[in-house]
Parts: sequence; C-alpha cells; structure tokens
Amino acid sequence: MSEISTPHTPLTRRNILARPQSESLFVAFSLLIVSGALLFLCVLIVQLLIDGLPRFELSFFTGTPSRIAERAGIFPALMGSLWLMGIVAIFAVPLGVGAAVYLEEYAPKNWLTGFIELNIANLAGVPSIIYGLLGLQLFVRICGFERSVLSGGLTLSLVVLPVIIIAAREALRNVPKSLREGALALGATQWQSIFHHVLPNATPGILTGCILAFSRAIGETAPLITMGALTYVATAPSTPLSAFTALPIQAFNWISRPQAAFHTNAAAAISLLLVVLLTFNIIAVILRAKLERRN
Amino acid sequence: MNQSQTILQVPTVKSHAPKTADAIAAVTVNHVGFFYGAHQALFDICLNIPAGEVMAFIGPSGCGKSTFLRTLNRMNDLIAGARLTGSVTVAGEDIYANSTDVVSLRKRVGMVFQKSNPFPKSIFDNVAYGPRIHGVSNKNELEEIVELCLMRADLWSEVKDRLFASALNLSGGQQQRLCIARALAVKPEILLMDEPASALDPRSTARIEDLIGELRKDFTIVIVTHNMQQAARVSDRTAFFFEGKLIEESDTRQLFTKPVQKQTEDYITGRFG
Repeated sequence: MSEISTPHTPLTRRNILARPQSESLFVAFSLLIVSGALLFLCVLIVQLLIDGLPRFELSFFTGTPSRIAERAGIFPALMGSLWLMGIVAIFAVPLGVGAAVYLEEYAPKNWLTGFIELNIANLAGVPSIIYGLLGLQLFVRICGFERSVLSGGLTLSLVVLPVIIIAAREALRNVPKSLREGALALGATQWQSIFHHVLPNATPGILTGCILAFSRAIGETAPLITMGALTYVATAPSTPLSAFTALPIQAFNWISRPQAAFHTNAAAAISLLLVVLLTFNIIAVILRAKLERRN
Repeated sequence: MNQSQTILQVPTVKSHAPKTADAIAAVTVNHVGFFYGAHQALFDICLNIPAGEVMAFIGPSGCGKSTFLRTLNRMNDLIAGARLTGSVTVAGEDIYANSTDVVSLRKRVGMVFQKSNPFPKSIFDNVAYGPRIHGVSNKNELEEIVELCLMRADLWSEVKDRLFASALNLSGGQQQRLCIARALAVKPEILLMDEPASALDPRSTARIEDLIGELRKDFTIVIVTHNMQQAARVSDRTAFFFEGKLIEESDTRQLFTKPVQKQTEDYITGRFG
C-alpha cells in the first residue's frame, strides 16, 4: 500500500488498523456508562417493587389511613393526587399553551418579550418550595381557598406552568413556516392558521411537554406541605374546597413512622406513583404516535 | 442583438380566448423600496401589471424577484423588520394603507409557493379549506367547488377516487397542482406563482406550464422563474430584475429578441446568472 501524504495522518497500514480500535474503545466506554446508569435505576425500581408489591391488594387501594399498618390504605391519597392532576390539567395546560401561543405567534419581538422569556426559563428552575410559600399566601390566605385541594392544585399549576410554556414554545417553533404561509396565503386570519394548522401540528410536542409537567407535579411534595396539605386525612376530596392529601405526602407520612410495616406501605405508595407515571407516559406515547402518523 | 435571437427560441405569441370580464385586476407599483430591517432589498420599483395577462419576473438568484412578488400580497408582513416605501395598488386600492384588510387582500391575490405545501389533511379538505374559512359551509357547494378546482388544476382525473386520502401521499407534481387547486378555490383575481415548477421534473413542469396557459384566460398571473425559456414560453410580458432593481420590462417577445438594456441582454444570453 503506497503512502499518500496528506496534511493529516498518513494512510499507513498501522494508522488504518488503529482507528477502528479507538472507535470501538469509545463505543465500549459509552455502553458501560449507559449500562451503569440503567443498572442503577433498575436496582432501585426492583428493590422498591419487591418491598411494595406484596402490599398491592384491594384493601390497600380502598382503605383509609390507620394507625395499624396492615389496615392502612391509600384511597384518600390516591384520590387526592388524581384531583390535583385534574386541577393542574384544567388550569396549567390552557394557560401554558395560551401563553406559548401568544409569545410565539403574536408578541412583538422586543426587549419586553425577551425579558419575559428569560424569566420563564428561570422560573422553571426555581425550587418548588418557594411556589409553596407563594401558594400559601396567595391561594390559601388572600383568595380564601383555605388548605383545599384547589389551593394545592393551583400551587402545582404554578410549579409546572413554566415547563409547559417552554415545551409548547419549542413545539410551535418546530412547525414548518410553509404550513403557516400556505394557510395565510389563502386569506386565513392569523388565529385561523394557528388553530387549524399550527396547533394541530405542534400537538405531539405540546403533549409531551404536558406529560413531563404532570410527571413533575404528581411527585411534588414540598410545595404541598408548605401550603398546608395535611398528612393525615381520612377521606378523599369531595369538592375542590375539601382538605386533601397526596400520594407522596402519604408516603412521607408512613416513612416517618418507626414500624417496618409502614415502610412497606410507603414502598407500595411509591410503587403506585410509578405505575401512575408509567400510565401517563404510555398514554402520551400512544397519542403522539397516532398524531404523528396523521401529520 | 442577433445573439439573442439564435440562443433563445421565442414562440409566437399565443392568441387568447376572450377574457371573462369580471374579477380581473391590474396591479400598479409606484416607487417601491423594500427593507429587511436596515438592509435594502428593493430599490425604486415602478411597474404596471396589466389585467388578464401573464407577467414573468426573471433575474439571477438573489435579485429580489421573490421578495417583490411577496410584496404584492403582503406575505412579507410575516417577516419581522420588513418595511415598504412607495405604494402598491391592486385594482385601484392601495394595499398598504392602514385601512387595508390583509385577509381579504390575500383572498383576492392568491399565491403558489416554490415548494408545494399541502396541508396534512385529505385532498378534499385541502381544497375546501379556503372556501370554508370564507363562509361556505354547504356540503354540496363545497363538493362542487372542490371538483371544479381540481379539474381546472388538471388533477381531478387522478384523485377523484381518493378525495379523502391524505394529500401527503401525492407525488411532487400532483402536490403542486393540488396547491394550485387550493389557491383557485378562493376565487382570486390575481395568482402569484413563485417558481412553481422549480422543484419538479420536466414532465410535471410541462403540465404546470400548460395549466398556466389555461388559467391565463381568467386570471392575472405573475410568475417568478429562474428559467428563461419557461418565461418565454408562458408569459405575455417579462420583467428583468437585478440586484433589487427593475432593469427592464416589456413584451416578452420584445425583451428576449430586442432587449434595450445591456444588462438584460447579458443575462438572457447567459453572460452571467
């Protein structure tokens, strides 16, 4: 093999054989890291399920909290979490998507919108306990909703609003310009082009953002405790103004007790949380696939 | 001058069938300058586009012909920092006046884009979208309009059995004809075409050109093209742009056989471009 001299490594036999080696070394290294991370996660989840799954029986799901570990059930907490998710869905999703549509489609590109964008990005990173303090003052006291599931839901909505806005904006940005232009060139108003074409096209991305938001909201404990969710509630919420508890709070309550049986309950509660999260994600994946096929 | 005659074959001017008298408009452009922010893209353009004729805009890449085309239906409004000086009048109305309804302007001045952009909906819904947003809700009426427009766009025979299939499954040439049908469905007076065949194979291109030949009877058509032979084939009048300025505009046959400006002659004889 003749040597072709180039500014880079000469095409010698040694160099050619060396290249694949360093490449495969890098691939091996990457695989190792990924496996390590996944292994760690698997161990965590498996350990959790081993602890918690034995407790998965009907009485656990329908029962109410009790001082006796074997009789303690998760029904009020489960219902509380579902109520919270419902309230977040009703408030945070339209507000977040609407804000994203306004910022992306209607707002003039000046320093004010730039300032708002910066703030939203920062708000996404603010510790959620601060939202709890805000919720306490604003919803519990000023609005007078007391320590109800409505206050909790609204507080959580604030926590996840920046997440939804950012994800929705990304999704809107990814809609091809040609789609908007096609609609506008036919004499559509901006709202018509957004509602009929841009939003449907951005829906998979927005959906993913919403699922991310729900996943975050369902696990948030600090803001709920700060705004006063009680750790011992015996009934599921019946109205938006009812007192409430949530899955992570119930788990926290049980973990804090010395008896091992309660720890089992806590593991079961957290497993249930994971199951709910997994269900959300599966629904989102299915919906995305369906919508993307249509597009 | 003789070089132009040998290099470019200019077909004899086609005679037109009598034009439908209603809904054909003329465009008058007066001393138009156009800016993207601080950068000036068009300089002092004065042009009159007669009603019922096909006008071609030719010129090298980046000369501003697409930008200028988009000023005629205010599609440039979508670009931040876009600014126009001078006036553009469509059928006697200044379209950049404060009182202009841009939405109804775009209904009267339709546009077909370089890369076909059908909506990710069915073929029927694509064509019916325009009439629907302008108030047509009667199912029979919509079906009539869709059939008529698909026929005029020379696409009906190919899609009549699958009107509710997705438009994205059509070939490139079919998609472009669908976009033309979609533009026709809102009954515009003027049709702007921004290099409609540049992304298509020669056979599809020929079909589009035949289509323009048919549509010229009822619409004023402005077509931007980088293909001079195409301009010579389809248009009545041609305008040559260069570096944001209108260099020359005249009867197509005249421009290609006896151009007045040297730059025009250089371009059409291929000395640059």
